Amino acid sequence: MTIALPAATVPRPRFRDLLASEWLKLWSLRPTRWAFPLTALIVVGIGVNGALADYRNFPQYSEGVRENFVPTWALRDAFPVASAMVLMLIVGTLGALSVVNEYASGLIRTTMAAVPARRSLLSAKVLVVTGVTAVFGVAVVAVSFTVTQAILSGRGVSLSFGDPDVLPSLAASAALAPMSALVGLGFGVLLRHGAATVAVTALVLVLLPSFVGQEEAWTAAVKFALPLNAWQNLATVAPLHVPPPYTPSPTHSWVVLAVWPLLATAAALALVRRRDL
Amino acid sequence: MIEANELTKRYGRTTAVRGLSFTVRPGHVTGFLGPNGAGKSTTLRMILGLNRPTSGTALVGGRPFGALPRGLRDVGALLDARDVHHGYTARAHLSVLARSNTIPRRRVGEVLEEVGLAQAATRRIGGFSLGMKQRLGIAAALLGDPPVLVFDEPVNGLDPEGVLWLRTLLRRLAAEGRTVFVSSHLMSEMESTAEQLVVIGRGELIAAESLTAFAARGTRRRVAVRTPDADALAPALLAAGASVEAGTDGLLTVTGLPATRIGELASHTRAVLHELIPRSSSLEEAFMELTADSVEYTTAGDVR
Repeated sequence: MTIALPAATVPRPRFRDLLASEWLKLWSLRPTRWAFPLTALIVVGIGVNGALADYRNFPQYSEGVRENFVPTWALRDAFPVASAMVLMLIVGTLGALSVVNEYASGLIRTTMAAVPARRSLLSAKVLVVTGVTAVFGVAVVAVSFTVTQAILSGRGVSLSFGDPDVLPSLAASAALAPMSALVGLGFGVLLRHGAATVAVTALVLVLLPSFVGQEEAWTAAVKFALPLNAWQNLATVAPLHVPPPYTPSPTHSWVVLAVWPLLATAAALALVRRRDL
Repeated sequence: MIEANELTKRYGRTTAVRGLSFTVRPGHVTGFLGPNGAGKSTTLRMILGLNRPTSGTALVGGRPFGALPRGLRDVGALLDARDVHHGYTARAHLSVLARSNTIPRRRVGEVLEEVGLAQAATRRIGGFSLGMKQRLGIAAALLGDPPVLVFDEPVNGLDPEGVLWLRTLLRRLAAEGRTVFVSSHLMSEMESTAEQLVVIGRGELIAAESLTAFAARGTRRRVAVRTPDADALAPALLAAGASVEAGTDGLLTVTGLPATRIGELASHTRAVLHELIPRSSSLEEAFMELTADSVEYTTAGDVR
């Protein structure tokens, strides 16, 4: 004899509850809460350090450097390569950890038994990670720009948001954060192992560009297909009298910055559905 | 209701589960028994859509669980209590799960209360004992108030008081009309809880029947008899069809007769009994006998 359970009204599954759940999952972990402020501090600190050095040394700079300081050097101080590398490395790692944490601990089985719609689950995670890191990227870049230019304005060689080249450059820098996070997340789903994922993410995002030159057409093609170089092409303005060879168009570089995270996400969504846990 | 139809799972050349078919019905606790490595966990993972069967199907409430958008209101599962992240507090862990399934927040407090973890709600899981993690896993399974509950070895790590609590809980959940499927590698755990049994060995079905029917299969039950009148009793036991092994100090180990029959024979032969002890329950015996050929890992001295 079976006793019928009280027929509770079951609410329709809502995607926004998956988003809320992933949001909660992200911020309930202590490391997330200090990783973002700490990263911001380091990234802005690198810019400030460079800007202060330029402020101090400006009178000793050669005529050529002074002439090109705005926009080339002022823009570099706003968000130096070192800042970009640190941002990519840490945010890429955070993106990787957002999935590796679950795989390595076994939590993934608990999560996926609760939400059998694996693609919806992963999509929610991708959206939350993208949103959080995009806001973070914009905030860090804006703060870094404002503070460094305030320092440089003491020498009368600062930029403002409205100057030509500034907004595209800042947009590319801000985009590095969500781009790196999604590449890390993709490798995380692929490899499911903490150390391996972080190593591969760091290799692709930060290390690989320094192994590839741009002297030949084909090496330049490979080089500018890497995210760090695409960013560099968009974020920096070369001094007028030194045109680098084989420089791709801004559109090309934006496509590169978009394709990496899209491919990573697509691969993750394809893998997550069929795999045993 | 859980239905497994010709469920098979192969990993490369090893077959973990082979052609398994059984039905778990609502209203009573069904024990899922088998020696270590028999394929219990693999089967449960296939039921929960975590592992894909090589062939065959597993249905929960008539549908494959993996096709559902959300799971907690349909099946509450505790597969491995260690499937948690140590950085979360108990409350955060449950809140994340509840929210993903559109379960109201107050339910988290209720299930924490239910499993006795209310005091530890804001502690991080990393500091939990295995027993506490089992309770947390049970709390997660109860979140959605589901009609089907699946527990894989839930007794592991629980203290005696916890074991008693769990038995009461399982029986109550079944009495409420739910399907309760509980795995174990120890028959003794099931004796006082389960009414139905699914027994497997080496990935194949050995029995799917009531506890009583299963117990009746035990034929080689042994009884320890201590008597000063062994000379009189032993021939009577042999005549009744038992085999008798004589030990020291008047100890006889009798195989093939129940304790009641031995007592009667002792009375007839006027043999004084000092001890009359069934050496193991008939269930345990039946389990051991039936799974003897299918034990995956045996010690060297344990070859049967």
